[in-house]
Amino acid sequence: MPVEIDIVKVAALARLALTEEELDTFGSQLGDILEHAERVQALPTDGVPPTSHPLPMVNAFREDVTAECLDRESFLRSAPDTAGGQFRVPRILA
Amino acid sequence: MTGPDIADLADLTIAEAGTGLRSGDFTSTDLLAAVTKRASATEAHLHAYLTLDHEGSTRAAEAADASFAVGEDRGPLQGIPVALKDNMCTLGIETTASSKILDGWIPPYDATIVTRLKAAGAVITGKTNLDEFAMGSSTENSAYGPTRNPWNTDRVPGGSSGGSAAVTAVGSALGSFGSDTGGSIRQPAALTGLVGMKPTYGIVSRYGLIAFASSLDQIGPFSRTVEDSVLLLETISGFDPKDATSINAPVPNFGGSLGRGVSGMRIGVVTEFLNGDVIDSQIIAATRGMADKLQDAGAEIVEVSLPSTEYSLSAYYLIAPAECSSNLARFDGVRYGHRSNVEGTTEDMMSHSRAEGFGPEVIRRILLGTYALSAGYYDAFYGQAQRVRTLVRREFASAYEQVDALISPTTPTTAFAIGEKSDDPIAMYYSDLCTIPSNLAGDPAISVPIALDDAGLPIGFQVMAPALGEEVMYRVAAYVERLAGFTARASLATSEVVAP
Amino acid sequence: MTVWEAVIGIETHVELSTESKMFCSCPADAEGEPNTACCPVCLALPGALPVPNGKAIEGILKIGLALDCDINESSIFYRKNYFYPDLPKNYQISQYTFPVCEHGHIEIDVDGASVRIGITRVHMEEDTGKSTHVGDGDGRIHGADHTLLDFNRAGIPLVEIVTEPDIRTSQEARAYGAELQRIVLALGVSDAKLEAGSMRFDVNVSVRPVGAKELGTRTETKNVNSLRSVQRTIDYEIDRQIKVLEAGGEVRLETRHWNENTGVTTSMRTKEESEDYRYFQDPDLLPLEVTPAWQSEIRSGLPELPAITRARLATLGADMIAAGVLADSSDLAALFEEAVEAGASGRAAGIWLTGEVVAYTRRSDVAVLETGLTGGRLAELTAMVEAGKLSSSAAKKVLIAVLEGEGSPEEIAESKELLQVSDITAIEAAIDHVLAENADAVDKIRGGDMKPFGFLVGQVMRQMGGRADPKVVRDLLTDRTAG
Repeated sequence: MPVEIDIVKVAALARLALTEEELDTFGSQLGDILEHAERVQALPTDGVPPTSHPLPMVNAFREDVTAECLDRESFLRSAPDTAGGQFRVPRILA
Repeated sequence: MTGPDIADLADLTIAEAGTGLRSGDFTSTDLLAAVTKRASATEAHLHAYLTLDHEGSTRAAEAADASFAVGEDRGPLQGIPVALKDNMCTLGIETTASSKILDGWIPPYDATIVTRLKAAGAVITGKTNLDEFAMGSSTENSAYGPTRNPWNTDRVPGGSSGGSAAVTAVGSALGSFGSDTGGSIRQPAALTGLVGMKPTYGIVSRYGLIAFASSLDQIGPFSRTVEDSVLLLETISGFDPKDATSINAPVPNFGGSLGRGVSGMRIGVVTEFLNGDVIDSQIIAATRGMADKLQDAGAEIVEVSLPSTEYSLSAYYLIAPAECSSNLARFDGVRYGHRSNVEGTTEDMMSHSRAEGFGPEVIRRILLGTYALSAGYYDAFYGQAQRVRTLVRREFASAYEQVDALISPTTPTTAFAIGEKSDDPIAMYYSDLCTIPSNLAGDPAISVPIALDDAGLPIGFQVMAPALGEEVMYRVAAYVERLAGFTARASLATSEVVAP
Repeated sequence: MTVWEAVIGIETHVELSTESKMFCSCPADAEGEPNTACCPVCLALPGALPVPNGKAIEGILKIGLALDCDINESSIFYRKNYFYPDLPKNYQISQYTFPVCEHGHIEIDVDGASVRIGITRVHMEEDTGKSTHVGDGDGRIHGADHTLLDFNRAGIPLVEIVTEPDIRTSQEARAYGAELQRIVLALGVSDAKLEAGSMRFDVNVSVRPVGAKELGTRTETKNVNSLRSVQRTIDYEIDRQIKVLEAGGEVRLETRHWNENTGVTTSMRTKEESEDYRYFQDPDLLPLEVTPAWQSEIRSGLPELPAITRARLATLGADMIAAGVLADSSDLAALFEEAVEAGASGRAAGIWLTGEVVAYTRRSDVAVLETGLTGGRLAELTAMVEAGKLSSSAAKKVLIAVLEGEGSPEEIAESKELLQVSDITAIEAAIDHVLAENADAVDKIRGGDMKPFGFLVGQVMRQMGGRADPKVVRDLLTDRTAG
């Protein structure tokens, strides 16, 4: 059975402004995909630790030394809107 | 003309081209001219390149020629034209990941792989098409239009690295690089008659690779031969202090056993991937045929069952979307990329920019991943998928206690028709059935072309090895290549093509 | 009438003063032109990857060990996913389960009583960028027309220290904040400047009837940036919540904002609609493994902590107040110890150092180490006072001269003729002179009226040019005026 999901809430969490129609389509597609994905639950995994990393490595650190930063213009020129060396965005909901 | 036939140069292997460059038969500039000519003849049919960097590649070829002239040799890729999937950042060259949300974005930095290629004197021809953010198996999910298969332009080249596959298959680069998260190098390599390889996780730096699913993504090479694959991989691999998941150890000698044959090796055929319900019968036959030849050549072939691989696809389609939902959060219209014109608050701007900028497959996966990570569902979906991942890893590890390498088909089918699966996400996801387990395990795997099916489309054969087992993997792959004697070339590479 | 009690917990963010940021090599310095300390990593450009700063990890381990925490041998970086324009990746690298440090505590002193505050966890995270709200909102987010973003601060290493809800009063909260600041400063891992925001507090407050087991609904007031404000915020919230409850209302679970100027908190957003952070292990980062060997290496390198220093200084004779002031300044504490070593009374040395010496250094804006004062000279000075060689006012003059670098107390007292005369013959000669001129006063005293006695002492001191030991003068005068 397709999985029922609260697609409106999920889209809001993912910051995606979807139309009603898109919500319907994606909602039903996701339900179908999750029905397949749900099969993972059939496998008994009691006491099995999760894998977040394919290789068992630990402790990758950097030395605390500084390196050259980017020239501001090199990234501000790709920005949608800037002012006085800063990124500009519309008003923020408090 | 007394010089070499420029058109032919585009059909050389990297090893052959390297010999020619060093013996002075032709120059890097000649090689670049040949692949550029091939690109202009084929691009209208293929749409494999998103960007051709004429200026940069010309400069690099001239620099390589200058190096050769003074006897300076920075390795096997010096002067060799290679292409990059457009999800690898290139300083000053537009990088889009085939997404509208990055349309026009000029990175202010080079990915580590780009830095290494430049240091090795390689000539980067340009950036190739992909499924948007590497999500897909057909290169149809590109905001800039699909890439077609050079063997048959009504077919997909596979994906997500379809552009990189197509350029090497057709000769508009001598080799290319893709990224493989669930099969995105091996599957298109299989569908375009190439050698495509995914290294052990952590061997090649991911710094500057636009992330899809960080714990699965690896950059790897496309080539026409196994030997070329080694040359390409050697150049880009090794520890990178900018990638915390990069392995801090000397890289293995990938090509050390290339000529050794398979006599005395134990090789396992994965029984789950010879199941006629999910794998095309011609592919099963070709795979079995090759297994027999390996046995005749002195390898011991055993059947190995990996029952948890049945759940790999499901686990993958939870883990990869979960990671991507977070990795792609940075595309918000604030610092770069598309910003919506919709009036309103920053929150509105972000939501509309993302909805307008991402294509449907990307949105689908972001939604799926967001759901799988959200409160109340995490354990049943993402958490369980990670535990299944552990089981897959364990199963592979115990298999490698019995055998030196595993073999299977690379894909369930040969190249399918454009549009055939684009409305059915689940059918599309099945394309990665045989390739996903190696990503989950973090192990190296390679696809080698072994035959053509009845429709004249290539069939790929996969060789898998344990982590850091590239030498063994290449040893088997090289012998498979030899046994297969696969010399066919994509029709578009051999026919006299004219712009439509 | 209900008697209420407050339950308070504090989350403190401390910016570590490393050279480089937490996950990239940009300088960890938010000052300077906007967006000039940025790279692909801290701007979250596509393809960039984080690599943790080893020094920052050491910093958090120091804090954790100083707070008596258990160090998790295996600790994990998580992604905390939420969209906000000052957060470049739209997730913050933080910790969730398995933080670096857990289950610690801190002892504070409130009105002479020791109170133990439990530390739930100490974890590692990264700072956000800085937003400037432009428009009619007076710099506030409300009413702003648009916002400017500077990512110099983004990625500076932050340590979050979370207490148990063990705090009951605003004074305790303030004392906790002050002690935590002292510890962080003693460890040298942060400049812990409250006014600059490199140390800031989120204050959780709820109230409940005394005796109730269940907690009331709490509010969280974010980014309180002075110890005084911590105390005022809490007082305000306690008062507000009690009023709401007594009026029959309900306290809402919400985030509030402290306004320094008006002295009130206002609602920012309710937590019912709070984010689902979708925490998951950051696949770009490896687990952090703190071996017992590494732990003990860090532990052995820890400096003496303020509470220990205070206790030690007190055993050397400093009074409570002086011990506190001395412990906050390693230079003063070192001078104190030298002086005691050289034989000074701890009590006197403590009072001189925390009184006159601190006042002098403030007044003349010099570091105490740059003055002419040494422990030996301070000991010499206190010895002279004790031996009656210097009056207290003369001693002050000598000390200032020592601080000014004019020499040792003996030399200065000598050259400035400040030594007290304890030569009895000279004093007796002066007494003779004074008594001869004031015969009627002597008569009154002998008749039982002691009023003129003080006058006579004054006359003798005057005769001696102020350098006689007043005690000796009194003793001699008493004998001579006795009937």
